[in-house]
Amino acid sequence: MVDADPQPTESPAPQRAERTAQQPFLEMRGIVKEFPGARALDGVDLEVRPGEVHCLLGQNGAGKSTLIKTLAGAHQPTSGEILIDGEPVTISDPVAALRLGIATIYQELDVVDGLTVAENIYLGHELASGGVTRRAEAARNTRKLLERLGHTEITPHREVGSLSAAGKQIVSLARALSRDARVVIMDEPSAVLDSEEVGNLHRIVRELTADGVAVVYISHRLEEIRQLGDRITVLKDGRTVAESLVVADTPTDDLIKLMTGRAVEYAFPDRPGVAEDAAPVLEVEDLALGGVFSDVSLTVRAGEIVGLAGLVGSGRSEILETIYGARRATSGTVRVGGKRLRGGVDAAVAAGIGLCPEERKSQGLLLDEPVYRNITLSTFARTARAGLLDEKAERAAAREQVEALDLRPASVERHARTLSGGNQQKALLARWLVHGCRVLLLDEPTRGVDVGARAEIYTLIRRLADDGAAVIVVSSEIPEVLGLADRVLVISDGKAVHEGPAGEIDEHAVLDLVMEGSVA
Amino acid sequence: MSQRSALMGPALRMGGLVLALVLLVVVGVATGGERFWSTGNLITVLSLAAVTGVVSIGMTFVITSGGIDLSVGAVVGLASVWASTLATQYAAQDYGWWVIVVTALAVGLVAGLVNGALVAYGKVPAFIATLAMLAAARGLAEIIAGRRTQVIRDVEPFFDVFQSRPLGVPTIVWIFVVVAAAGWFLLNRTTFGRRTVAVGGNPEASRLAGIKIKRHTLYLYGIAGLTAGIGAVILLARTTAGSSTHGTLLELDAIAAVVVGGTLLAGGRGTITGTVLGVLIFSTLTNVFVLNNLDSSVQAIAKGAIIVVAVLLQQWFAAREKVTST
Repeated sequence: MVDADPQPTESPAPQRAERTAQQPFLEMRGIVKEFPGARALDGVDLEVRPGEVHCLLGQNGAGKSTLIKTLAGAHQPTSGEILIDGEPVTISDPVAALRLGIATIYQELDVVDGLTVAENIYLGHELASGGVTRRAEAARNTRKLLERLGHTEITPHREVGSLSAAGKQIVSLARALSRDARVVIMDEPSAVLDSEEVGNLHRIVRELTADGVAVVYISHRLEEIRQLGDRITVLKDGRTVAESLVVADTPTDDLIKLMTGRAVEYAFPDRPGVAEDAAPVLEVEDLALGGVFSDVSLTVRAGEIVGLAGLVGSGRSEILETIYGARRATSGTVRVGGKRLRGGVDAAVAAGIGLCPEERKSQGLLLDEPVYRNITLSTFARTARAGLLDEKAERAAAREQVEALDLRPASVERHARTLSGGNQQKALLARWLVHGCRVLLLDEPTRGVDVGARAEIYTLIRRLADDGAAVIVVSSEIPEVLGLADRVLVISDGKAVHEGPAGEIDEHAVLDLVMEGSVA
Repeated sequence: MSQRSALMGPALRMGGLVLALVLLVVVGVATGGERFWSTGNLITVLSLAAVTGVVSIGMTFVITSGGIDLSVGAVVGLASVWASTLATQYAAQDYGWWVIVVTALAVGLVAGLVNGALVAYGKVPAFIATLAMLAAARGLAEIIAGRRTQVIRDVEPFFDVFQSRPLGVPTIVWIFVVVAAAGWFLLNRTTFGRRTVAVGGNPEASRLAGIKIKRHTLYLYGIAGLTAGIGAVILLARTTAGSSTHGTLLELDAIAAVVVGGTLLAGGRGTITGTVLGVLIFSTLTNVFVLNNLDSSVQAIAKGAIIVVAVLLQQWFAAREKVTST
C-alpha cells in the first residue's frame, strides 16, 4: 500500500484550483474492502482539502457507496489507511466518523419523520441537563443553523415528516453543521430535487466551502459537476483511475472515457439474431406510471432479449414492475401473445410472465425455506391435486432445474439463505422455468453475483431466449445490457430517449444520453 | 452440516417442549401422586385445555402468516351468547340441537372475516383491527346477554351430543383432537398451508410469485374466527350456559401457547404440534398448581417465566442455525 507522506508540505501539487488550501483535510490511501466473494474496493485513493467541492464520479458498481460507507464508519476497510490532518485514524463506527468531523448525507435521507426539526438535528447528541432536554437552547441553535443555510422558513418545532425532500435535505445538512463537520459527504443530493431546489443547494454548498468546510459531492449529472466542482476523482471497478483532476481543465469526453471500459471483460454469449417472422410475444403500448415514467412502448418477440439501460431512478425498474402488474399503470396497455392483460400480478403470472426482482432477498426468496419450495413458489398450486400438495412432484421438478441450471450445491433441501448470490438468482430463474414462462422480466440479474457466475447467468438467459422466451433485462451496468441484449432502450428521466440494436451503440454513447440528457 | 442443522432444529425444539411437559408430569406425580396420575384427572386436564387448544390452532395460522388476532377471546364470548339466546334456544327446540352449533360457528366465522377484510383490504394493522373487534365483540355480547348468564334449557340433545364420552373420552376432547389433526394437515399438506408459510416468510416475494395474498389473509382470519366459534360450542357444552365473559383473556393464553410452541411471532414458520404441546404444558401447569392448592398468582408468575424461557431458547436456536448455515 502507498504510504502517506509524513511531510504535509510536500503533498499538494502546485497547479490545482486556487480556492483550496494547501494541507489536505482528509486522505485515503490504497483502501481495499473485501466482502465474502467480492472485492468492492480495490485500491482507492482520495484527497480532500478544506473548502473544496470534491466530486466523486463513477458508474454503478464502481465502489462509490462502499467508499462513502467506509468514510462514514459503516464499513471497516480490509487494508489501506485513512488520514485526517495527516494523522492516521480508524473510523470504527458512525459516531467516530462524526467525532472526526465527517458527516454523511445519504441519498435516502436518514431523518426521523415523527420528530421535529430541532429534535432531528440534535438526535444522538441531545442538549440536556441531567436527562432533561434543553429545548429552548436547541431551538435557538437550530434557528441559527437554518439561518446559516438560508432557510429561515423552516421552523425548529416543525415536524420533519411535513417537509419536502429538499427540506429534509436541509435538516440533514443542519445536523451535519451542528456536529461541526469539516467534511460533508453528499450522495446524489440533487437526484430528488427540482431545478430551483438544485440552485439553492448549490448556493448552500458554495457558502459551506467559503467557510472552509469541504464537500465530497456525488452526482451523475456532469453539467452539475462542471458548475459546482473544484476537483474530481474517478472510480472504476473499485479503483481510483484518476485522482484530483481539476474540473475546469478536464473535458467531459475524458471523464466518460475514464468511467467506461471494464477491467474484467465478461464473455457474452453469441446473438443468433431474431428471426424476421418471429411473433411478438410482449407488446407494451404507451405505458405510463404517474410521475415516474410515460409513453413507454416496446415489443419483444420470441427469442429476443431487450435491454433497458438507465441510471438508478430513471424509472427502469418501475417499467418492469408495471408491465408485471405489481404497480398499477396510469395509462397504456400490455399484451401477451396478442391478449390484453388486465389485473394484478396473478393475472400476469397466469398469462406467462415471470419477474426476477431487483432485490432478490427481500422481493424474491423465502430465505428460510428449502430451495425446492422457492423454485415451486408459483407452481405448487398447479402440481397439487384438490388442494393437496404433491411435494414429490415439486422436488422432482426442482431437481430437474437444479441440474439443468447447474445450481450449486445441488441439493433442493438447503435453505435459500445459504446459497450464494448467483445460485439464488438461478433458483429464481428456475421458478419461472418450472412455470413455463413466455415472458421473462429480469431486474439486475447479476447484482451481487460474482464474476465467475455472471457468464453462466448470461448464457442461461440467452438459452431461455433461444427456447422461445421474450426477455427484458434491466441493468445498471451498461456493458452488460449492450453485451447481452439484441435491442436496447435507453431510459432517462422516465422516457425512452433511444431505441436500437444493441450492437450499434456503445457504452460511451449510452452514458452520454443518460448523463447529459438529465441536466438540472 | 447446515443441512443437518436445518433438519435437527425443529426436532430439537420439539424435544425441548416434550421434555418440559415430561418434567411437569414428573412434578405432578411427585406432588400429587394418584390424584394427578389418574385417568379422571388427565381427562380433566384435557377437557380444560380444549377451548384454548382449539382457538390456538386457528391462532397458529394467523401468526404463521405474520399476523395476530387479539379478538378471539371476545369472539368466543359473543358466539356463546348469540348461540344461547332464547331465540336460538327456541329454534333449537323446534329444528334440532345443531342450530346452536351453526349459530356459534357462523358468528365466529363472520367476526373473523370482518377482521380479515379490515387487515387485507382496509390495510388496518392486524393488532389494531383485532383490538377493535375485541372491544366491539365484547360490547355486543353484553348487549345480547343483557349482562346475564344465559343457561341453555330444554335442548337436551345438545348435551347428549357434547357431554357424551365416546371411548371413555369426552366429546369436547375429541373436538380438540380433530381440530388439531385437521390444522396439522391443512398447514403441512395443502396449498393453503404452503401459502400461509410463504406469506408469513416474505409477503412481497409471495405477491410477486403470483399468490393472492389479500384473499389468503381474509381466509386466515376467517379460520381464526371459526375456531373461536368452535371454542364457544365447547364452552357452552362444558358450562351449559352462554356468557358475555366467556373467553376473557383467552387470546393471551392462545398467543402464549403458539409462541411457546415454536411458531415465529414474525411469521414464516408455524407448527401445530408445537402449539398442542404449548397448550398441554400450560394446562398441566395449572392442574399441578391447583392440586397442590397453590396460589393462582404464583401460577401466573410461573406461566410468565415459561414464556420468557421458551422465547429465549427459540432465539438461541435461531442464532445457532444462522451461524451453522453460513
